[in-house]
Amino acid sequence: MYSDQTSVIDELNNKFGQQSFVTQPTQDEIPTLWVSKDKIKDVLSYLKHDVPKPYKMLYDLSAIDERERSNRLGQPDSDFTVVYQLLSFERNADVRLKVALKGEFPSVPTITKLWSNANWYEREIFDMFGIKVDGHPDLRRILMPPWWEGHPLRKEHPSRATEMGPFKMPDEKQTMEIDEMQFKPEKWGLEKGSGETDFMFLNLGPQHPGTHGVLRLILQLDGETIVNIVPDIGFHHRAAEKMAERQTWHTFIPYTDRIDYLAGVVNNLAYLSSVEKLAGITIPDRAKVIRVMLSEFFRISNHLVWYGTFAQDVGQLSPVFYMFNDREKIMEFIEAVCGFRLHPGWFRIGGVAADLPNGWDKLVKDFLDYFPPKIKEYEKMVLKNRIFKARTLGIGAFNLDEAVEWGVTGPNLRACGIEWDFRKVRPYSGYENFQFDIPTAQHGDCYDRALVRAAEMWQSLRIIEQCMKNMPEGPYKSDHPLTTPPLKEKTMVHIETLITHFLNVSWGPVIPPGEASVGIEATKGNNSYYLVSDGSTTAYRNHIRTPSFVHMQMVPFISRSYTVADLLSILGSLDFVLADIDR
Amino acid sequence: MSPLLQTIIITVVVLLVLMTIAANLIWVERRMLALWQDRLGPNRVGPLGLVQVVADMVKIFFKEDWIPKFADRPVFFIAPTIVIITVLMSFAVIPFAPGISVVNLNVGLLFFLAMSSLGVYSVVLGGWSSNNKYSLLGSLRAAAQMISYEVFMGLSLMGVVILAGSFNLNDIVEAQGRITWFFIPQILGFFVFFLAGIAETHRLPFDLPEAESELISGFHSEYSGMKFGMFFVGEYLGITLISSMIVTLFFGGWLGPSFLPPVVWFLLKMAVFILIFVLLRAALPRPRYDQLMSYGWKFLLPLSLLNLVVTGLVVLLLK
Repeated sequence: MYSDQTSVIDELNNKFGQQSFVTQPTQDEIPTLWVSKDKIKDVLSYLKHDVPKPYKMLYDLSAIDERERSNRLGQPDSDFTVVYQLLSFERNADVRLKVALKGEFPSVPTITKLWSNANWYEREIFDMFGIKVDGHPDLRRILMPPWWEGHPLRKEHPSRATEMGPFKMPDEKQTMEIDEMQFKPEKWGLEKGSGETDFMFLNLGPQHPGTHGVLRLILQLDGETIVNIVPDIGFHHRAAEKMAERQTWHTFIPYTDRIDYLAGVVNNLAYLSSVEKLAGITIPDRAKVIRVMLSEFFRISNHLVWYGTFAQDVGQLSPVFYMFNDREKIMEFIEAVCGFRLHPGWFRIGGVAADLPNGWDKLVKDFLDYFPPKIKEYEKMVLKNRIFKARTLGIGAFNLDEAVEWGVTGPNLRACGIEWDFRKVRPYSGYENFQFDIPTAQHGDCYDRALVRAAEMWQSLRIIEQCMKNMPEGPYKSDHPLTTPPLKEKTMVHIETLITHFLNVSWGPVIPPGEASVGIEATKGNNSYYLVSDGSTTAYRNHIRTPSFVHMQMVPFISRSYTVADLLSILGSLDFVLADIDR
Repeated sequence: MSPLLQTIIITVVVLLVLMTIAANLIWVERRMLALWQDRLGPNRVGPLGLVQVVADMVKIFFKEDWIPKFADRPVFFIAPTIVIITVLMSFAVIPFAPGISVVNLNVGLLFFLAMSSLGVYSVVLGGWSSNNKYSLLGSLRAAAQMISYEVFMGLSLMGVVILAGSFNLNDIVEAQGRITWFFIPQILGFFVFFLAGIAETHRLPFDLPEAESELISGFHSEYSGMKFGMFFVGEYLGITLISSMIVTLFFGGWLGPSFLPPVVWFLLKMAVFILIFVLLRAALPRPRYDQLMSYGWKFLLPLSLLNLVVTGLVVLLLK
């Protein structure tokens, strides 16, 4: 483990007394403590403000429907559990707090006053579980439409349309839905005017060329100046977390590709890191390096799409075409290796799907020769362009404290001047063996976010080059019973492996009970899958912590008093993907 | 040939040529943008995709000509015609070659300025009558942009008028034959007029009224079918007009070595500037609205005033 994790338990015990907590061992070794509902606010506040080297960031907040879970050894009795995960930069450590709730529709106190980004997380647990959040300023559904019946992630909610009974649309329901779609500013918490001024409400999206997907932003405008924004998300919600409770551990892999659909295998890696932690699988070196190499290719690919569309958002038409051409080169390599392009789904529990094809290093080398002059050209074309600078310098700035308060991670956080990258501070998949720098910038505005991403592409190239030069020999999959599918050579001669193979492919692998969440540095920020296994072939709960969700939540905060044109710069610079927000 | 018949023939020919140029500019722009953006562009209909224009026209004529229920019908109807009419009217004073112009007005330049100012009504009324917030924002931007850029568009041309001693475009071209092409003494004036011209035709980087990534399509968001087509053709006619004006005022109009007829020289020079318009669109991002305005008022206006003062001074001293 990267740092001393036990001290926080002692600190909490000293402050609140040992009887206040129940400690729960987890596979990811993040200290996990159960706290009672009435103490949770004090404990969180203590961890944020008073403890030495405080836990400044609310990294994740989710819930578990515990009613059907059987393997809960030593955990307090609970129907619904709310899970808070905090992150401390000074300690480089996490802590997870759990609150046990009893009853069908329990309630939990809000922590929106402690952390600004708790707002959407709490709305999400209300929406998904029906857990009421007492004192929440704006407790509405967030991902599901307001007329949805039931709370999807509760175990009794069907996961398929065929289990829901025939679809009916009586007249009242139709009227009600149409009525819901009528725009009423009060319903969104917006004033119609102030003093002499009447505000204009502009509905940006869900179909709009500047929002990069089905995102709806309700703009409250005074002239062209933004007074307030209310994001309306959920149009891209596909219930990935619910699907995870139905798909086997193995067959869920392709779904992860589609969470951040620009990052391809990076999603696989985030998911599998947690699964492998639960299963206790160690990955052979070759598989690790292959994973790193493909992830870095996808990081470049993602940044290219961001680069081009960002330039397009500020009105530059051409860069996006050049960048998509380069991305095509990456896709050709990905296709040569994986057989797929955008969504390879190519990592497997315990390794990768196949070994690298013959001649892969030639393809990598060609790309390494081809790409660097291009990045230089793009810097001249986009970053040094004076109009581009005028549109981005000083726009949408936030400082480090605000970034941490809102849970910002990834390049957006590094643009505020902190060297914080999971690849360096919590190396996974063998990143500790690579030499690369973490680009940072100081001002946290749109331009600095662009600088950081442009610089990251250089570092990714460095990593890819090291992968190419130092690709270890050896198996591409781990020799472990839970590796799915297992190494084929053994299957043909070894009856035990044949049986495991048969079971793991037909039923799916059985992952031992436990909980794990491993954060990785995805292309847009920190991505992690909080997995709860009940010792079966599917996940009992799979919560996906995506970076875009929190970044989008911050948009109103950083966009106020700018103009509509600036809003497009801000949206472009944050680099979000709607599927990554809505899951 | 009677003068009336001659005028009618010239008018019809000019009209046909202009409409053909404007229509084919769709193809030119798409192909050139594609060339500069590493793409192919339309290359399927006819050789090099040249018949694409016909296909587009056929399509756009058969599109449903939809007027939104919430729109102000008569104004919505009139708006796109204004841009076409005003731009075509402006062409009346442009001398394409000695003797080839629809009218030879002694206030030709003023007529051009007046017509191009009227053109803004098209955008403003189109956006207003659409009754759509994006269109409204677009037309508000257009109105502010046009009013401010109109000011130094006029001022920037006064240097040319001082040098030529006339508002007549024919005289201006002939004066350039005597003195020199005016872009040399009037480089500042040319610079300001060119920028104002881009703003006037609201092309990138000054396409704020229709800024796609912000305002969807700005003032013509609600337009479809041939009404949209008219805005489109109006834009290309506008480009042609500004290019012709640049050629006439600063690059010697039809003047050129005698191995080519004057009208060919005129069209060649015009084509160069049209291509520059397209290239600008491929190259530059779009400034923000307030940046555009402050650039205009704080930089271009003083520049054009300076140009005017210096030109006047020099002409007085040389007399």
